[in-house]
Amino acid sequence: MTTPRYKRFLLAVLAWSIAFVIFFPILWMALTGFKTEAAAIADPSLFFSPTFESYVAVHARADYLKFALNSVVVAFGSTLFALLIAIPSAYSMAFLPTPRTKGTLLWMLSTKMLPPVGVLMPIYLLFRDAGLLDTRTGLVIVYTLMNLPIVVWMLYTFFKDLPRDILEAGRMDGASTFQEVRHLLLPLTLPGIASTGLLAVILSWNEAFWSLNLTSSDAAPLTAYIASFSSPEGLFWAKLSAASTMAIAPILVFGWLTQKQMVRGLTFGAVK
Amino acid sequence: MNKTRVYGRTVGGLRSLSLQAPAVTLLLLWMLVPLGMTLWFSFQRYNLLMPGMSGFAGLENYEYLLTDPALWSAMGNTLLLVGWVLIITVVGGTLLAVLFQQEFLGRGVARVLAISPFFVMPTVSALVWKNMMMHPANGVLAWLANLFGLPAVDWFSSLPLTSIIIIVAWQWLPFALLILLTAIQSLDDDQVEAARMDGAGPIAVFFFITLPHLKRAISVVIMIEMIFLLTIFAEIFVTTSGGPGLATTNLAYLIYIQALLDFDVGTASAGGVIAIILANIVAIFLVRLVAKNLES
Repeated sequence: MTTPRYKRFLLAVLAWSIAFVIFFPILWMALTGFKTEAAAIADPSLFFSPTFESYVAVHARADYLKFALNSVVVAFGSTLFALLIAIPSAYSMAFLPTPRTKGTLLWMLSTKMLPPVGVLMPIYLLFRDAGLLDTRTGLVIVYTLMNLPIVVWMLYTFFKDLPRDILEAGRMDGASTFQEVRHLLLPLTLPGIASTGLLAVILSWNEAFWSLNLTSSDAAPLTAYIASFSSPEGLFWAKLSAASTMAIAPILVFGWLTQKQMVRGLTFGAVK
Repeated sequence: MNKTRVYGRTVGGLRSLSLQAPAVTLLLLWMLVPLGMTLWFSFQRYNLLMPGMSGFAGLENYEYLLTDPALWSAMGNTLLLVGWVLIITVVGGTLLAVLFQQEFLGRGVARVLAISPFFVMPTVSALVWKNMMMHPANGVLAWLANLFGLPAVDWFSSLPLTSIIIIVAWQWLPFALLILLTAIQSLDDDQVEAARMDGAGPIAVFFFITLPHLKRAISVVIMIEMIFLLTIFAEIFVTTSGGPGLATTNLAYLIYIQALLDFDVGTASAGGVIAIILANIVAIFLVRLVAKNLES
């Protein structure tokens, strides 16, 4: 099919304009982070002398690093635990299916449908009594369980794509289950495991219901730190922008890298 | 329990049981314990600020909640929020998926830019929109309005719910685009070609080939978005705190007010039960759809 050149040109212009409009708030935020506070609230202009003063100021408040560290620990910690718990489960579902496997998978999916606000009160009270409020351990527990169904599902779809003969050959050679998993399954499905892990990191990093409700200062991750800019005393746009840009940059890159595989996890394999 | 024992007899069944045990046990606890507690609390007189008050309340909490105009306004806001965001993201996402499927210069980069908002944490999206975009004096939208000689809109005081809808739609449009773009790539080019040969225009191709092909992906998008949109919280928390008045209080925010501001465990739990029921109505359809897909 040959599309006339001018049509193709118009198409490119249209698509790029839309992409630009959608991306604009992020771009604008990134630019505002390099302005002075005075320039940030002045009339919008692309011409300004860039300064790092907001970045310096955000970093000078030592607590930025504390919040960032909380985010890193909580997101990666919960992802690690979710993977450790999910890998054996997904392995058995993919390679040793029983008549119950399908039901178990669907049940796991259904636990994800429980609205967090529906169980806010019990979790809050349990955490209070267990001394888990405002602790990283508490958030790691919540995020591990929150992401577990998605992680199992995604790993299951990746494992199932692996030809069974490969594992069987290993078993013939006398490999134990553990060896089979360690030396065959994990290396062969590493890209799938990596993108599953990245999705879990993204979801935990951006989670803002539990982090706002279960933490206050000690264990607050970046989502809660940014929320503190909503109070009137925090109306410093350049600093808000600098802090926000730093908070979203790594996750934005992760998202770009895994967008294709992510569709699987987000739709539970219903769209490939 | 009997069933597990039956499968346990076979070697594979026993192994798979022990391998799945950690994940299944944890999820079972994570689901049943809080769910049971929410149900239990919803029938109790229980307020953290009034330690003396306790005991079985029967349906009192539900009665209190269901006769409270705040609940119905919150339900209305939830419906408006979910409905409008769905319309914007599904219609917009479908059209954009078709557009970004065409070949043009720099398509990969343009796609990446367009899906980016989905990866931005909700508190950042909400504050960037509230301050830098929608601020009535210094926001970009006010500046644009000025440029065209229009009066600036004070978004959060005059159109509070609309503002929230815009922010949430901006976050979820990329999600719909990402899913539908993936789905549209499996569209058979030959089929489109054949239809074109038979004289079908682009609009006919869209309605009779593309749209039917996307049907399942669109329903998946609708259901997943519904489950998340029913309980939008952070965007409201950092922008309007549910106000002015109750103008932007949705069900999730109302429960939050009852739970962590009024510490009324009983009423908050009754609200929680209502939220769970609503989410489950949607969830049943989603699980069915996924189950069908699992068989094929």
